[in-house]
This record gives sequence, structure tokens and C-alpha cells, in this order.
Amino acid sequence: MKYELHPLGDSAVIVHLGDKISEETNVLVRNISLLLEEQPLPGMIEFVPAFTSVTVFYNPLKVLQNGKRNGKRKPDSPYELICGEIESAIHKIGPENKSEARNVEIPVCYGGELGPDIELVAQHNNLTTDEVIEIHTEAEYLVYMIGFAPGFPYLGGMSEKIAAPRKESPRLKIPAGSVGIAGSQTGIYPIETPGGWQLIGQTPLKLFDLDQDPPTLLRAGDKIRFHPISTTEFEKLKGGQE
Amino acid sequence: MKIVKPGLQTTIQDAGRYGYQRFGVIVSGVMDQLAYRIGNLLVGNSNGEACLEMTMKGPEIEFEKDVLITITGGDFSPKINDEPVKMWRPIYIRAGSVLKFGACTVGFRSYLAVAGGIVVPEIMESRSTYLRAEIGGFEGRALDSGDSLTMGERSERADHIFQQLSDSEPPYMESDWFSAAEWGTEADQNGVIRVIQGREWNRFTRESQEKFTNTEYELTPQSDRMGFRFKGERLELSEQVEMISEAVSFGTIQVPSEGNLITLLADRQTTGGYPKIAQIASVDFSKVAQLKPGAKVRFKLVTHKEAESLYLEQERHLQQLEQGISLKLREGGES
Repeated sequence: MKYELHPLGDSAVIVHLGDKISEETNVLVRNISLLLEEQPLPGMIEFVPAFTSVTVFYNPLKVLQNGKRNGKRKPDSPYELICGEIESAIHKIGPENKSEARNVEIPVCYGGELGPDIELVAQHNNLTTDEVIEIHTEAEYLVYMIGFAPGFPYLGGMSEKIAAPRKESPRLKIPAGSVGIAGSQTGIYPIETPGGWQLIGQTPLKLFDLDQDPPTLLRAGDKIRFHPISTTEFEKLKGGQE
Repeated sequence: MKIVKPGLQTTIQDAGRYGYQRFGVIVSGVMDQLAYRIGNLLVGNSNGEACLEMTMKGPEIEFEKDVLITITGGDFSPKINDEPVKMWRPIYIRAGSVLKFGACTVGFRSYLAVAGGIVVPEIMESRSTYLRAEIGGFEGRALDSGDSLTMGERSERADHIFQQLSDSEPPYMESDWFSAAEWGTEADQNGVIRVIQGREWNRFTRESQEKFTNTEYELTPQSDRMGFRFKGERLELSEQVEMISEAVSFGTIQVPSEGNLITLLADRQTTGGYPKIAQIASVDFSKVAQLKPGAKVRFKLVTHKEAESLYLEQERHLQQLEQGISLKLREGGES
């Protein structure tokens, strides 16, 4: 595995795994994340996976104390010590550490009040709304990372055929569960926020739920598919969660 | 304790919400970790208890029980029952007393720690307020008039000094010892902020690198807990860089395409996609957190190794301070 280590200040280190967003790089990100989750490094506070990197946040004092406990007189730099730990952890990654991608189905009620911009997206691409739904549901999407808001997935895999520009002025309130398109990206809003995405539908699923552990429905590395549901099914599924 | 007036933006914060960034949940927590940590030490708290973070204009608070408090960080001219009180030391307050604040003379963020901490439900292992997602703290929001806050149980250490100070005649009593704040939250309005090179440092033109370290930058009013915007010489990349979002940290200095500087702080998003020219050394985080809009700063490059040593030195100081405070708490009010 090829990687580079770079400091992010004096208390974090970024493990760079590539400079292109790809499924292959995402597998590396996921494998390292899995390892750090199962065997946290001494002195590590947390780790943050992204498109092509995993960042390890650490407490320099604890890393140093741990180094001393293990009889390491050198190096005396917490950064060098944690880099050493990361390198040996990466070398330990074997076949048993390779995580399987989870498949998640996301039911979406397209159009109508829940997806007020679907016609705009259709018109922009010279399609009917049914065709937009068909194209949006036939693809498989990869969750590259979670960021921007709690539980918000950065998804790869949307067809350019349904790409549409952001709204010129963002909506002040977008309901949780809204499924939208911005440029050639599609995404789901986990919490009510302002936003400029074109809304094509809504899922009754909770993407961010404090009663769940972990609190997010999706995780980096998940494969997801959307499938259409009726308004009645939407209400039923949504009601069933309350 | 009851909030009579809320102040400009008063929130409940602790050290922050760690371990959930990978789910898109921001860290939050106090802006000035040093003032927060020293505050907790002074009232005998040792478990990362939550405090109040006050911004520029402090609240008015009525205490319904006898309490032990301390005020650290920025100086907002605190008064108890209209008499000025000193900061950076434990203060015993009798029930019915009122704490008010006046002018913000030093710094921009002040901290009120109470013995036992302020108790609100822990959400994802933290009591910090995450305003945008309306999570944590007091109902996920800044405090408002009429809010009533619960305090936790005093530690044994705190109890000792509480007893000593409570023997006093007046309705409040300050301890005669205090923690020196010089190396802590001495808010240096024309300060030098130490930084190390960011990952994209070499992508900036030589001229921009020199401007960054040789000219003054001013904190703009478009600054908040999420990030500080500085105005000054604009910086340019030598060529366009294709950036891929990755994790950012407290103190990351990034440069969006218009060329101004943004320093990411407590309420930063978990990842960012702008070129990072520099990263503030941890040792200067408190100094930055206390900057007022309009403050002028200069960035000074230090090596990564120097930043580490400065951090470790600061931690050693804190350990000494903790030992000193423990000793004083055990002695109680005696000097």
C-alpha cells in the first residue's frame, strides 16, 4: 500500500492514500478506518476518513507517555512516535481486516411536495420526471465520506444525464430526508438546514438519529441504492419511526 | 442558578465532542481551552465538567444556592451584588447573590466555571452546545432569560475551600490566591501568532508566503465560533490546485480563491477543501480564541518540532499549576 504521512498541526497526522477520488482509494481508506476502529492507537483521540485520506487526531502528551512506557527513548517527538504507530498498523492490515461494503436501500418518494424541483431537473436535461426517477434509481452509489453535516453522505456514481445546477438563491429550510441534486452530485440532507440543492424527493429514513449507535444510518464505504415509493408508503414508513 | 439576562451569546461548553467527526458531527467545545481547563482546576473539577462560555457581553446570573465559582478567560469586569470581583481565583457566593458583567476590557470570551460543573444531558459523550444542529448544551441553544441551570455535586477538594470561604461575613468571598494568567489568556491584541507550514504552503507564490509572514492581518467582524476571517494582503497560489476535501483542525488557516485567510475554530466543519497555508501552533490557540474583531496579528513561522516542544512545555506548566492549585484547595482559605 502506498501512502504518505503529513502533519496537520502539532496534534494530528494525515495519511494520504492517493490524489484521485476512486473506488480503489476508498477501499484503502475503509481498511485503515476499520483497523483504527478495532485497534485504536495509543494516544489517539479520533480518526476522520475522507475521499483519499484518513486523519488521526492524537494527544501529543499521551503519545509521548506511551512511547516512554514502551521504553522508547528515541524518538522524543510525539509526531514521529504516532507516525511509527501508524506505519506498523498499516503493515498489519491483512485479509482479515478488509471490510465488506454494506449495501443500504434508501426508499424515496419522488416529486410532488417532497421533491419540488424534479420538473426543473427534468427540463434542464430534456427528460420526463419518470426518466429522472429511473436514472436516479438504477445507479449504485458509493458513500465516499460523511461530512458537511451530521450524517451527510458524499456520494459518487450519479449519472451526468440528470445533473443540474444549484439553485441561485438557497432555500432557508430544507426538511431532513430531502434528496437533492447539485451539479453532478446527489445527496441526502440528514438534518433541517438551509441549502441550494435541487430537491427531487424525500426519504422517510432518519440519516441522523441520536438514539442509534452510531448515530448515522450511513458510513463511509457503504454502497447505496434508491428505490421509489408512493406518498402513502412514505407516510407509513415515516409514521412507523415516530 | 438562574439566567436573568443572557448576554450576547452564552453557551454551555466542555472540552468538546470527540470521536464523532467521522459521522459528520463537529467537535464544538470551548474556544479557549486553557481558560476552561484552569477554570475547572480552580473550583476542584477534574472530570471535564461543563462551563459557561460568554462572548463579549456577559450575562446576569442569580444564584439560588451557595456556590463556588471562578471566572477565567477574557475580562468582562465581573461584579457580584454590584461590587467588582477578581478573576482567576475561587469565589464563594451565597444564595441570592447576583453576578453581572460590565465592559469587555481584555479578550473576547470569558468562562464561568462552577464547582461540580453545569449539568445537562450528555449527548454523544459531551455537554457542548452544537448550535447549528441544535444538539447538546441547554436544549441545543444559547442561553436565554429565565433559563434555570443545574449544578453538579462539588468534589471533596472543592468542598474544603468552599467551607473555608463560606465562614466569611459578606455574601461572597474571593480566595486570596489565584492562578497567574500571563501565560494563559493574556489577550495580546497586537499579538504574534505562531504557525507551522500547512500542507499546501509550497503551492503559494513566494511573494504570498512572504506577505503572510511579514504583514499584519486584521480580524474582521465576520468571525465566529466556526472560523475567523482575517483581512490583509491577499494570497495567491502559483498554479491552480485540484483540492480534495480532507479533515481540518482547530487553527487550520485556509485560503479560499478570493485570497483572504480563514482560521477554522471550535465549530468548524469536519472537513475542508481549501488550500491550507498554515496551521496555528496549539500553544497559541488561547491567544487566537481571545482576539477581538479589529485586532491585528502577525503570523510567525515555527518548525513542527518547535510547535511540539511549545505544546509540551505548556502542558507541563498546566501540570504544575494543577499541583499548586490542589495544594491550595487542600489548605483552603489559609495563606
